[in-house]
Amino acid sequence: MEQALSQNAEPLTSEPYALEVEGLCFSYEKTEVLKDVSFRLKQGEFLGIIGPNGGGKTTLVKLMLGLLRPDRGTIKVLGMEPNAASRRVGYVPQSMDLSRSFPISVIEVAFMGRLSRARIGKRYTREDEEKVRQVLEKVGMWQHRDKLIGKLSGGQKQRVFIARALATDPEILFLDEPTASVDPEFQVNLYDILEELNKRVTIVVITHDIGVVSSYMKSIACVNKHFIFHEGSHITQEMIDMAYQCPVDLIAHGLPHRVLPTHEET
Amino acid sequence: MWDALQLEFMRNALAAGLLVSLICGVLGTLVVVNRIVFISGGIAHAAYGGIGLALYFGVSPALGATLFSVVISMVMGVASVKSKERADTVIGVMWALGMALGIIFTELTPGYNVDLMSYLFGSILSVPGSDIWYMLCLNLLVFLFAFFFYKELVAMSYDEEFSFVVGIPVRALYFALLGLISLSVVMIIRVVGLILVIALLTIPPFIAGKYTGSLGKMMVLASLLGMAFTLAGLWVSYQLNLASGATIILVAGVGFFLSLGIDAVAARWKRAVRG
Repeated sequence: MEQALSQNAEPLTSEPYALEVEGLCFSYEKTEVLKDVSFRLKQGEFLGIIGPNGGGKTTLVKLMLGLLRPDRGTIKVLGMEPNAASRRVGYVPQSMDLSRSFPISVIEVAFMGRLSRARIGKRYTREDEEKVRQVLEKVGMWQHRDKLIGKLSGGQKQRVFIARALATDPEILFLDEPTASVDPEFQVNLYDILEELNKRVTIVVITHDIGVVSSYMKSIACVNKHFIFHEGSHITQEMIDMAYQCPVDLIAHGLPHRVLPTHEET
Repeated sequence: MWDALQLEFMRNALAAGLLVSLICGVLGTLVVVNRIVFISGGIAHAAYGGIGLALYFGVSPALGATLFSVVISMVMGVASVKSKERADTVIGVMWALGMALGIIFTELTPGYNVDLMSYLFGSILSVPGSDIWYMLCLNLLVFLFAFFFYKELVAMSYDEEFSFVVGIPVRALYFALLGLISLSVVMIIRVVGLILVIALLTIPPFIAGKYTGSLGKMMVLASLLGMAFTLAGLWVSYQLNLASGATIILVAGVGFFLSLGIDAVAARWKRAVRG
């Protein structure tokens, strides 16, 4: 399947791939987390990454963000080194265990999305303020802008972090389990926002919610040390087996309810 | 108190105390929110090694302590960045080694009987005028740093990974912060001693953090609290003829428990009103 991908992967224009990963290996100390991961993702894609806990999903995203360095292999983000692409990438981290007592307001967190190396020491502009208002309104947190972030519920916090990532005006947006602690209503809302955003932005989402994967995403990958990529939003039996290491019925929960087609791989 | 101010050493003590409070309010806030209290303590203790080495080799102790603590802070910084799990062990080792070096080398220095007590508790009542100027410069440096990089410092302190992803040079900022801490710690030790360094870096920001909604306000309130503790401590020590450094610590400690008490009462009152 990886071969099939690279065969038809020649871009029609000279536009660089959103992501280009070649022979990537990574270990923490002696534990091998990712082994020989290679794939290319076109711009404009909406990729869902599934896989078991500890399978290396977050590690893979952190490598693509430049937060971690690969042991072997190369990563190109929009044709550049991950660190060089920093200003063009947005990120919604998974762990929301950031200090509860940190004195910072919702709007200040959202403003963080407007920071960059080039703007160190400069004040926020009218344009920044406008952007921050827009993204906070989009996630329904504008009326809470002056609240302390530590006083919010998990779901509200998550919305603010999504707003912060949107405020970076990214070309690629990475989200690490963005719906882990949000209410179901916002979950649907979030994917609608992402779907609309996807008209301009490449999106990579780590998720546990297979139902969401199949209804919104254009392609799916499964990570469990190895990497299986599948263009098209079908979850293959191979992925499910790799992800859960036992036979699982392909039934999607979530909205809209539907049963996934049986998808026999050859 | 006013007649006390007629004395030059008392005026210097007051100026030194206020300058130390200001710098501790700003740096302490960053120390507390970045959770580098342990590193700061390590730098403060290890700096004693610099004093010992400087005495032995006949260099000015202030210079020796400054250079030594800057180097130590960078090494600790590298340790904390390179291996997050081992960092506290490495810091603990350097903490102890620095202290031991200091004690051995002062002992080896012929004819010099350095007063370890003055290192522990400082000598705020004998701060020379030249030190006041040095402190003023350092204060200015710290304020400029905090002011110029305010947004980036807030972002780094709150969410280092995100800050890195948007391209903020978090490593450089972190090491700059450690460097400033080491410079300041050496200065503060001369004034109020090793023990008070940790007290002034942590207690005022801790209290301030509970009642403020932004890092900037936290810095301001922490500075004001530090000043109040220092002034009250100096006054009490003058009235009761007690060791000034230790008295300031005690006053700050009282403030710390008072704030905890107020919180407990407020929480109970809130519950009573609701229920």
